[in-house]
Amino acid sequence: MRNPCNTERLSDLEEGVKARIIAIKGGPPTYRQRLLDLGLTPGTIIKVNREAPLGDPIELELKGYFLALRRKDAWHILVEPLRNNSE
Amino acid sequence: MAYSRRASSQQLRVVIVGNPNCGKSSIFNEITGGLQEVSNYPGVTVEKKVGYFQYEGQTIRIEDLPGLYSFTTYTDEEIIAFKEVLKPDVGLIVNVVDSLNLERNLYLTIQIMELGKPFIIALNMTDIAQKRGFIIDHEKLSRILNVPIVKTVGNKGIGIEELKSLIFKQIKGEKAWLPKHVTYGHEVDTVVEEFSEFLRIKLPDVEKEKARWYTIKLLERDSKLLEKIKNQISEPSEFEKKVENTIKEMEQHENEDSTVIIAQRRYGFVSGAIRECVSYTGEAKQNITDQIDNIICNRVVGPIILLGIISLLFYIVFKTTQEWKWIPFPDEWLSPVELFEKFFEIIALSFSFLEKDYPSIHSLLSDGIIGGVGAVLSFIPLIFALFFLISALEDTGYVARIAFILDRLMRIFGLQGRAILALLISGGIGAGGCAVPGILATRTLQERKDKIITMLVIPFMSCGAKLPVYALLIGAFFQHHRTLVMLTLWALSWFIALISASILNRLVIRGEPTPFVLELHPYHVPVLRSVLRHTWGRTWMYIRKAGTLILAVNIIMWALIYIPLPLYQTNQSNNEQHNIEYSIAGILGKMIEPVTKHIGFDWKLNIALIGGIAAKEVIVGTLGTVYHMEISESNEQDSLSANLSQHKEWYPLRAFTLMIFVMLYAPCVATLVTIGRETGTIRIPVFSLFFSTTIAFLVSLIVFHIGHLLSLGT
Repeated sequence: MRNPCNTERLSDLEEGVKARIIAIKGGPPTYRQRLLDLGLTPGTIIKVNREAPLGDPIELELKGYFLALRRKDAWHILVEPLRNNSE
Repeated sequence: MAYSRRASSQQLRVVIVGNPNCGKSSIFNEITGGLQEVSNYPGVTVEKKVGYFQYEGQTIRIEDLPGLYSFTTYTDEEIIAFKEVLKPDVGLIVNVVDSLNLERNLYLTIQIMELGKPFIIALNMTDIAQKRGFIIDHEKLSRILNVPIVKTVGNKGIGIEELKSLIFKQIKGEKAWLPKHVTYGHEVDTVVEEFSEFLRIKLPDVEKEKARWYTIKLLERDSKLLEKIKNQISEPSEFEKKVENTIKEMEQHENEDSTVIIAQRRYGFVSGAIRECVSYTGEAKQNITDQIDNIICNRVVGPIILLGIISLLFYIVFKTTQEWKWIPFPDEWLSPVELFEKFFEIIALSFSFLEKDYPSIHSLLSDGIIGGVGAVLSFIPLIFALFFLISALEDTGYVARIAFILDRLMRIFGLQGRAILALLISGGIGAGGCAVPGILATRTLQERKDKIITMLVIPFMSCGAKLPVYALLIGAFFQHHRTLVMLTLWALSWFIALISASILNRLVIRGEPTPFVLELHPYHVPVLRSVLRHTWGRTWMYIRKAGTLILAVNIIMWALIYIPLPLYQTNQSNNEQHNIEYSIAGILGKMIEPVTKHIGFDWKLNIALIGGIAAKEVIVGTLGTVYHMEISESNEQDSLSANLSQHKEWYPLRAFTLMIFVMLYAPCVATLVTIGRETGTIRIPVFSLFFSTTIAFLVSLIVFHIGHLLSLGT
């Protein structure tokens, strides 16, 4: 199920790219819990909608809503990009 | 309050719970019809809202809890909401669910189900969901969750009667619904089942539902709960080992963290329910939010629009309340602020018969009470207009975009994007504003640390009350460089505020790092009714403060300035200048002169500055009194200006240093009181007082000495 060769950090994705969340790595437990509660659970499909005018934060679309995260927080989220519209 | 007595004391509590921004408040407002009490939970900035409604002749009490994303608490709001939900006297939970954001909202619903307490769902904003092409079969959803559901449109008052009737039936016990058990998949369910049986052997008093909930919390590694249970049982270390083993077994089996497993399964349950109950009717009206955001968050156009909207906001606020004279008065036209000032002037005049025989009583009434409180209250039109437009802007969803656009910039200084609004309200555009609503605006910041840092730098902005001081001194010494001086002051205030923020950010001890999360809601057209309600709520709080604490402090300040110490009470006691010189403030002013002389201030100036702590408006008036100038009533500022410019003690550098000092030093009493109320501690306002004054002194010292070295304006 997991293909480590294909993982990237959410913070490195370009605008408009869709990806599947694989894991949240690092950060204290409360930090991870927060992101999980907001729906950033492994398996979730996520899209990078746009970045702010100064390049940070980034706006994500997931589970039918829009969430802005700073890049340093998004860095903890490992994703598998879906390049060939497999979703 | 009369109506609180009517609600019977043994009645179980009804609480409204939901995600932030799910429309909870509008449902609460519609249910209670405005019959509500707003206070703060002790020690925190979180508002406590309690309301009442009548049903079949009975009064039912209902509380609107702060919004929360989940029961894993982390902001002040969430901690309070969670604590309240857990209290045993909560008889019914009303869970407001936003249909536009069903999946994440139902995640909280699942956690309420886990609690095993009776609850009902208000499925909100179904009208917009339908417009977007989503049909929600709420009856089916109700069967799946085994929870009654009412469809509502909070801001239009739709479904409210039905909701009231359901609440009534629930608490009167006609139909006691208990939610179904949440299923987490076969393996996890078995673990939960077995462990909760084990837990009930250890804690026989705990009923079945609660044991289940405890189990799930323990599997999520809730350390507080673990400690609590360990204190209640005989073999705590063995119990902890058992918990640890259960978690490990589950994690090994699922090859995932236990917290991830639980969150994932909850969301799994939600998406299962959604698959069954929600249908999408194909290409409905396309969501325009994304298209608007393409423009508003654009790299080039975005910041320009932002600047435009903010300028327009302030243009409208200041023009309509201060500059445009559009209110008819018997023999002239007045602006709303002038109308309020006139009102207090008339009150003050009505006491003038006291002036001759009881000069001190007259002075207390006119200078202490009406002068001080009037100065605060005359800002009401400004505050109301500001809050009105900002509430409307918040409702549209644009404020979240401001935070999104500016977050990167503000982060350089350890502030959040949301802090910008608070700074602008406080006078950040250099043309007035007020720190009190600015402090109140820090409520939108989630983290306490962010709130406190923002509150500490807000007073550096040039609020409206500092402008008369600038006007006076610029008029006297910088006639030909008005714009340049104002611009320098404006830039300096931002510079000091941002630099202080980054210093404070390094000094204040960081708690556990939490991710910055900002939800970007779809754009809405603001609803006048809710904007007005919101605006009035905030304005009323301001008025209440002016009428209580600010009044008291102003009387004290008046006594400090205008009453000579008994030792010095002579037959000259009608001479105001003499009185001030030998008042406590006067003595104090002389006492600190050895320090303040380094920045060019003598005791006379010190008195005015001490008075300025009550309200910055006082400074010009006090300066006038201590310099004992013949000031004609009609043209106070100009003649004082002219007088100062000819006074031998005064020169441009001194005036410039004074302006900088006034800009930066101690926040006014109203601001300090507000900071105290908002942080729930006296330490922060006391720190703010010393912090601002120290910064002001240091900056003034630098400016004054560099000015002297370069012989600028000496």
